[in-house]
Amino acid sequence: MFRIRFHGRGGQGMKTASRILGTAFFKAGYEVQDAPRYGAERRGAPIFAYVRADRTAINERGVIDRPDLVCVADDTLVGMPAAGVVQGMDAHTVLLINSHETAETWQQRLNTEASILILMATEDVEDRAELPYIGSRCAAAAAALTNVIERETLAEALTEELGHLPDDVIGQNRDIALRAFDDMAQHAGLVAPGGMPSASDYDRPEWIEMPFENAAISNLAIHAGATSVMVRTGLWRTMRPVINYPKCSGCAWICSTYCPDGAINVRADGYPEIDYDHCKGCLVCVAQCPPHAIESIAEHVAREQEAEASS
Amino acid sequence: MTRKLLTGNSAAAWGARLARVDYIPAFPITPQTEIIEDLAAWTDRGEMDARLVTLESEHSMITAAGAAASSGVRAFTATSSQGLLYGMEMVYTVAGWRTPFVMVNVSRGLASPITLESDHNDIMAARDSGFLQIHCATCQEIADGVLIAYRLAEHPDVRMPAIVNLDGFYLSFTREPVDLAEVSQASAFVGEYDPENLQFKGNSPLSQAMAVLGGGPYSYFRYEAHLAVQRALSVYDEIIDEFEDRFGRRYDMIDSYQMQDAEYVFVMLGSFSTKARDAVDSLRDAGWKAGLLRPRLFRPFPQQQLGQLLQGRRAVAVIDQNISMGMGGVLHSELATALYGASDAPLLASYIGGLGGRDISQQEFFAIADELRQADERGEVAAPRLLYTEHELTEMRKLQAIAQAEHAEIQQN
Repeated sequence: MFRIRFHGRGGQGMKTASRILGTAFFKAGYEVQDAPRYGAERRGAPIFAYVRADRTAINERGVIDRPDLVCVADDTLVGMPAAGVVQGMDAHTVLLINSHETAETWQQRLNTEASILILMATEDVEDRAELPYIGSRCAAAAAALTNVIERETLAEALTEELGHLPDDVIGQNRDIALRAFDDMAQHAGLVAPGGMPSASDYDRPEWIEMPFENAAISNLAIHAGATSVMVRTGLWRTMRPVINYPKCSGCAWICSTYCPDGAINVRADGYPEIDYDHCKGCLVCVAQCPPHAIESIAEHVAREQEAEASS
Repeated sequence: MTRKLLTGNSAAAWGARLARVDYIPAFPITPQTEIIEDLAAWTDRGEMDARLVTLESEHSMITAAGAAASSGVRAFTATSSQGLLYGMEMVYTVAGWRTPFVMVNVSRGLASPITLESDHNDIMAARDSGFLQIHCATCQEIADGVLIAYRLAEHPDVRMPAIVNLDGFYLSFTREPVDLAEVSQASAFVGEYDPENLQFKGNSPLSQAMAVLGGGPYSYFRYEAHLAVQRALSVYDEIIDEFEDRFGRRYDMIDSYQMQDAEYVFVMLGSFSTKARDAVDSLRDAGWKAGLLRPRLFRPFPQQQLGQLLQGRRAVAVIDQNISMGMGGVLHSELATALYGASDAPLLASYIGGLGGRDISQQEFFAIADELRQADERGEVAAPRLLYTEHELTEMRKLQAIAQAEHAEIQQN
């Protein structure tokens, strides 16, 4: 069975990568299982997704603990224990990293027996959640490394999985993905399917008897102050609602009432004001405002405008 | 028939679509929300002729589903975990109305502490309600299970609501190949919903008398409901034969794997059982006579059938992905009831595993088999065991150390 994990950050398309590869395997006649594993469910947070593919029905489930291939979209995750990138890797594993650094550097850093390949990093981007086309590139590189998926099959799978996007975006993804596929062709077959664990020779789980501990220990109460005010959830925002005050009728309650985060306050003069430290950019207010006085603009555009205004 | 990759959630939505449901009261909750998102998209685009209504809570949602079924339309809804608990008053109430509809529950651990991952304590809380329960282990079973659940629920001898249960993450967000029936084939199998004497009409409001005075009438209604749920056992067998004839897939009320000569048997519910299948294969490769039983039907509980299948085996490990505080695994207790007093009953060991989505490794299945063999040699089973390793406790201790430090800091300030 092929067992492949994709590691990246929310927004980089790791779920999409697993789906493209899963569909490609399926089209190549394999039984498939693919799934994302969400953590914090927000852009930028570590996320991984995985694919299993076999010639017979797959009974194995859950997180892959002995991967044949680990594909890393964002090399800042490799050293982060919580991201679990190196978990379960051994001499059989291939580690493919999207990085500016060389395989030798990573080999030394990680001191691993795994084979390391580099997926040449594209241009630097400010927002790590926006590495362009990285999901498609990872899926294509993984497909090439297994040597059981045809180039054309991969392209079909990609087109199918990105079908909701405009044609030109799909085309760009396909071109860039196929380049990654071709780049990896020299290593085709390096990733080989792993076997099943043996019931005659295995490491016995180190089970313990759960000790009884009284509630003062087993349910230590941590009552912190009003921490939600201190967490700047506004950093999650990708779209920013902006009030056009000349159009605002000052009804004073609709947008502030509908805001699910209580991030719209009503000023003394009766007009609303958005708390951008905590507005997550859900745009419910934009949809609800009766005179359509709230517009939405891309967060990065808003920041550029702010920078210009202050300079 | 088309074979495509679907998540468990999409498979559930497809089940509802193929059953041609008329009305879908909905309320979102992770990890179930994708089901109503799919259904909403289809109804919005006109690909599905149904009315989807978002309600303000699961309590209202389940009421609406029961009321709709009482008015003669086929209703479908879905929930999970805290949502199921929030609607629990109405789970029991609509079952008493004897209104057939299907609710999908995506199993997720209950608070507190809160989690998003799979665990069966939510569905166990609905155990005694009168809802029929079909538990799924694959995405294929989910799509098929919804069709089967309508047939079972709407059968005139049964007429009870049904829950189709699937595990969060391990099925809900996991894509697997699923054969989808053609709408015409599915319709031919599910048939038309005959509401019999349930005749609420929106345009001529009536009250339904549900109050009784005294235990006599109350006992009558309650016991009739119990008998109806029990009757679902024989009805299920008929339905499943017809399903196999039409679609070529067989879903016995108990999924038996390698049981012909099995001496050591795993018994469990839900998707983790497919891992046990792999373990049975590996154990057999290593010379063990291992087997697996998985009840698909949990309410009604096929106790007689389980008793027969387990007669003469050496030892059985029940692995419960739930825990009844102060008692232990629910399936273990129920199986003990099924086997009590039977001649030639096997030893019965209890394991709790997979709480809050905690994985169960192949090595753990192997070690459980080994403990069963030791129990067989001794002639008695060990105490119930939580599948929990030293490493996990060490990690827990680290978290506790952080909590202690935080606690001390707060005390100081």
